[in-house]
Amino acid sequence: MTAFFLWIAGLPPLAQIPVILLVFGVVVALILFFIEFAPRPGRGYAIMRLVVAIAVPALLVLVLGVYNDAVWLVPVAAVLGAGLFLLDRRARGGRGSLLQLLAFMAPAVLLLAVGLLYPMIKTIVGAFFTNDGSKFVGFDNFSHVLAGTNQGLLALGNQIIWVVVTPVIATLIGLAYAVFIDKSRGEKVLKVLVFMPVAISFVGASIIFKFFYDYQQGNQIGLLNQVVVAFGGHPVNWLQSYPVNIALLIIILIWTQTGFAMVLLSAAIKGIPDEQVEAAELDGANAFQRFLNVTVPGIRPTIIVTWITIAIVSLKVYDIIAATTQGQNGTNVISYQMVRLFQNLPPQTGTSSAEAVLLFILILPFLIYNANNIRKQRLGL
Amino acid sequence: MSATDVEMPAIDRRAERRRERAISKAENAAFSDSKRRLSSPAATIAALIIAVIWTIPTLGLFVTSFRQPADINTSGWWTVVTNPNLTISNYLNTLNFKDTLTVGQSFVNSLVIVIPATLFPIAIALLAAYAFAWVNFRGKNLLFIAVFSLQVVPIQVALVPLLSLFSNGVTIGNWAVFPGLNLNGVDGSFARIWIAHTIFALPLAIFLLHNFIAALPVDIMEAARIDGASHGQTFFRIVMPLARPAIASFAILQFLWVWNDLLVATIFTSGDNFPITKLLTDLAGTYGQTWYLLSAGTFLAIVVPLIVFFSLQRYFVRGLLAGATKG
Repeated sequence: MTAFFLWIAGLPPLAQIPVILLVFGVVVALILFFIEFAPRPGRGYAIMRLVVAIAVPALLVLVLGVYNDAVWLVPVAAVLGAGLFLLDRRARGGRGSLLQLLAFMAPAVLLLAVGLLYPMIKTIVGAFFTNDGSKFVGFDNFSHVLAGTNQGLLALGNQIIWVVVTPVIATLIGLAYAVFIDKSRGEKVLKVLVFMPVAISFVGASIIFKFFYDYQQGNQIGLLNQVVVAFGGHPVNWLQSYPVNIALLIIILIWTQTGFAMVLLSAAIKGIPDEQVEAAELDGANAFQRFLNVTVPGIRPTIIVTWITIAIVSLKVYDIIAATTQGQNGTNVISYQMVRLFQNLPPQTGTSSAEAVLLFILILPFLIYNANNIRKQRLGL
Repeated sequence: MSATDVEMPAIDRRAERRRERAISKAENAAFSDSKRRLSSPAATIAALIIAVIWTIPTLGLFVTSFRQPADINTSGWWTVVTNPNLTISNYLNTLNFKDTLTVGQSFVNSLVIVIPATLFPIAIALLAAYAFAWVNFRGKNLLFIAVFSLQVVPIQVALVPLLSLFSNGVTIGNWAVFPGLNLNGVDGSFARIWIAHTIFALPLAIFLLHNFIAALPVDIMEAARIDGASHGQTFFRIVMPLARPAIASFAILQFLWVWNDLLVATIFTSGDNFPITKLLTDLAGTYGQTWYLLSAGTFLAIVVPLIVFFSLQRYFVRGLLAGATKG
């Protein structure tokens, strides 16, 4: 595999696209081919199944590349494959059904296990070891990260400010906007204007706002300072003045997320039956009362989903800090600090992992809430 | 005879559609009165103010990207009203501006990263989503909840070990098992970032596609099975064509996500294969006041997602509505 990747790396960038797509296409075609022929009855197909069950795991190990002292993995994989074949012969759904199911699921499950689950566990374990991973140190990494001089406490505090403030304001403005433009003339255009930032990268948004906040000696070219000057004030170096800079950075994220909230909530508002609104109107409720007593209860689930989604985004924010202040002037957050620690030379793997675990703990309530919801949904079906 | 057989339902459908349109038009007319009452002038003005505030920052940088470099740093972009002196040379200069690589090259890199990284997860997730929806096996619910939960796991948690997996492989105790990909320092290799993006996209892809595929009418699937279609045929002939809208929605989400990504690119690309977001971030750090460069660079980076956004907005919104959990 390495040899193949090395070869493809030598091609000009644009030529790499068709080559890799072709190779990937062939692999997928082989999987589909096997899915189609696996469950057929008959001796010929049984032999084919046996060959595939033994050869694929062995080949997979070979293709990924083994060290010389681990060549034993190849026969082990082959034996495991043969075991699978035997299991399959006794499977409930008939011969071939288990192997077929594996062909459907194995690519995704293997990738997730290797690329998300294993790294996650390794990070959590790594948080309790030294940077080179040789010695168990208990909670030392955490106390080191959160010690006063290491910006950790500040980064944690800032991260919590981000996650509390951003979803509330973005959802509120998004909701207000969705209500204001609902059924008004030019609704589509008004929607697009606020929704557009959703498609813009955080890096792009950050540079747009960096220009907006720009500070110069003499003539101002940033609009914010120009407004300040127009009202007779003195221009401020916004991104360097703590703690205002935190608010200004959060505004960038709010700017990108409000459109998202607006679209979600607008769809929910349109889902409320007109009769309910009209009934409230007949009962003499004014616009605000109608909003509070009919609209809000009707879209409560959507409000919660919106809020959670934006909260999760603000927990992971890295790009905005990287493209603006790089954590200077008191704007550091965990999700940024964590990457920086890792990029130190030598990499501070232990402390970096500790930060990642802190981040994970912050996200855990949302994860549990979401998982619970989906569990209820699936069992309810 | 077969021709009429085929055409009859088509005509029926067309007539029905016409009828539906007429009905909705009548409804619109009936409600137009209450419509005007619902949008009070105060609300409209408030909405307009928000819309203007939301647009001005982008407009400012957009105008700036067309101004002479000398003008940009001496006068505000709003003076363009009285002193319009525009040029497109900023864009040409920016495309050829060389940092670790030129902005134009990084634009190409973004393309090379985004196209496979969008298609890979779709293919892999479609297979898994079909099995989750229409194949019965023990532990299905549990596995599905696990995959769903992985959606919100911050990728920060997985980045570092995944990188070391790519470069150092795995050793269990004293046994060196996998040597890893050994692509460190191989400029021009996109393998690591393709794989990383594919893996990180899978939970959302499986979830979105599963929701759609599971909602396909049971009758169709039953009919296919009675006709003797295997899972393979059902997947290929029925599910894949019908799932096209869901595939489109996810493809757009994933395209924008990968194109706009900075974090994964920071970890898994180096030197020659930086995408445009990474290069822009570096430029913003090094040339913080060179606004002709940053403004034109930003709009070069934004233009692709905006084209996708404006041409395929409907699918994009649908994707957002269906999978409002990805960050």
